[in-house]
Amino acid sequence: MSKLIVKRSMLSRIIPAIGSLRERGLSGWLVIFGAAIVISIILMTLLAPWISPYDPTTKGVNVGAPLTPPNSKFPFGTNHLGQDMMSRVISGGGVMLQVAFLSVAICLAIGVPLGLFSSYMGGIFDRSVCLVMDSIYAFPGLILAIAIAAMLGRGVVNMALSIAVVYVPSYFRVVRSQVLSIKEMPYVEAARSIGAKSRTILFEYILPNVVPSIVVVATVNFADAILTAAGLTFVGLGVEVDIPDWGWDLANGRKLLPSGAWWVITFPGIFIILLALGFTLMGEGLSEILNPKLGE
Amino acid sequence: MQKQLLTVENLTVEYWTKKGKVRAVDGVSFYLGKAETLGVVGESGSGKSTLGLSLIRLVPPPGRIVKGHVWLEGRDILKLREEEIRSIRGRKISFVFQDPMTSLNPVKKIGEHFVELIQTHEPKVSRKEALERAEQLLKDVGIQPERIDDYPHQLSGGMRQRVMIALAIALNPYVVVADEPTTALDVIVQAKILDLLKVVQSMYDTALIFITHDLSIAIERCDKILVMYAGQMVEHSNVRDMCRNPQHPYTQGLLKSIPNIELTEQKLEAIPGSPPDLLNPPNGCRFWPRCSYAMERCRKAEPQLIETETDHFVRCFLYEGMVE
Repeated sequence: MSKLIVKRSMLSRIIPAIGSLRERGLSGWLVIFGAAIVISIILMTLLAPWISPYDPTTKGVNVGAPLTPPNSKFPFGTNHLGQDMMSRVISGGGVMLQVAFLSVAICLAIGVPLGLFSSYMGGIFDRSVCLVMDSIYAFPGLILAIAIAAMLGRGVVNMALSIAVVYVPSYFRVVRSQVLSIKEMPYVEAARSIGAKSRTILFEYILPNVVPSIVVVATVNFADAILTAAGLTFVGLGVEVDIPDWGWDLANGRKLLPSGAWWVITFPGIFIILLALGFTLMGEGLSEILNPKLGE
Repeated sequence: MQKQLLTVENLTVEYWTKKGKVRAVDGVSFYLGKAETLGVVGESGSGKSTLGLSLIRLVPPPGRIVKGHVWLEGRDILKLREEEIRSIRGRKISFVFQDPMTSLNPVKKIGEHFVELIQTHEPKVSRKEALERAEQLLKDVGIQPERIDDYPHQLSGGMRQRVMIALAIALNPYVVVADEPTTALDVIVQAKILDLLKVVQSMYDTALIFITHDLSIAIERCDKILVMYAGQMVEHSNVRDMCRNPQHPYTQGLLKSIPNIELTEQKLEAIPGSPPDLLNPPNGCRFWPRCSYAMERCRKAEPQLIETETDHFVRCFLYEGMVE
């Protein structure tokens, strides 16, 4: 009963939110369109066990002849093991989504507090954290992620960790620069003048005013995380071969491409692009809505 | 000496910049009685805002208070521990800032500002009670209590400044420091806000330190006036004495630059020149480069603050003879 009420109140919040997004014009539509792509892919992945026509794992080997081109029975064709590509595409987003959400969560958990404290306290602490972050930033992202993933080994958590290391500096930088300007705002001075503690000033006055920028960075970062995750699987640092994954199919399809089997690499590729595009559109739209001055 | 509410003695604040030490407030002393209004008048950069902030030890870095005392209730505020000074901020001495547009946290509702303030100092007060008090305070400053659920951006500048005033008096402080509270507002709203400050002041029996660059407003609204120039107090007296007998050439210049509606033919006089660079103040009296009475002596020696009449202080060599 109580769950129902919660759901209803959430729905009643979401529906007007969509309405007000439509009033925002182009940027609102970007958010709606991006969110629609992302949500449908998430739903597709969640429902994969029920909607995929064949078993995408090794148990589904030889459901069709190897390397069958797309036809009415296998709309996306089959790979060299005779697995149905459509089933693999439908369930293959799981790893990437898990990695993306986990890495963004790790980035948020590390980058945001670090940026907040470092910028608020300033001094030698701020300098040293900046130095570390800038040196991470100086590395080419994918190379660094590959290096770390190679050290940590395979698995969703390890992928997420190595991606998080690469992207923490972008969160840190955005939060730090925002805090630098917000902590000089008169309302922060006013908070001090009423005797507020530093903790209150940080979490009640500064952090809520940084949140819009954090949301934008996180959404854009989802797209980066997905592409990096695809990159990691592509070089063989992803998950077990048995788990269907777009990145793995991409790597596998590259080997099959010379033999003319374009479908093995194309369809997973399209879905990676779609997912990244969805997050990017959301990020772009949100950034224009939340920081309208950037567009001017 | 009669027991005073707030006594400031020889307060000196310096900004330790990379280029050198800047003495923004140089040996300022004054006292304030209950429900009195002190006007602090000076140009931009004369140290008047720094003076206000140093009263609750909130001078922004690289500023530091290098000497002096601020006595409130028999305790020197400048020697208190951090927790003790926090309990004074907002409760005993509160602030109204210059720019109402950005002085309220944009993500907090008006009511939350009151809850935050009240619960900071009186943790036992419930949210509900704090909000009830907030409604009463809003009524006192002429804002409909329903606005308590509004966000700051839903209010106009004048209304926000009213909210700031309500916040400043919420805990019934001894002293409210209003730092150019009307500079960002237009003239009509300005007059209303100043009237409101007066009403609130008498309702709550609060002393007011009114920081402004406009001597005419200070004369109209204050009991005592302290004129600052380049970090120093150059003249300090009650309003009547200052208007009847302005002594420092700077004060005289300021008074001459106020338009007078009865003297239409009178040409307004401006003080020539601009305030000195405090990194590198002139030798002798800080005002001599702009002073029409400057003597040879003014360039060499720094005049001391002297009492020419009862409670009328001036920092100028012209009046040395009068005292002796």
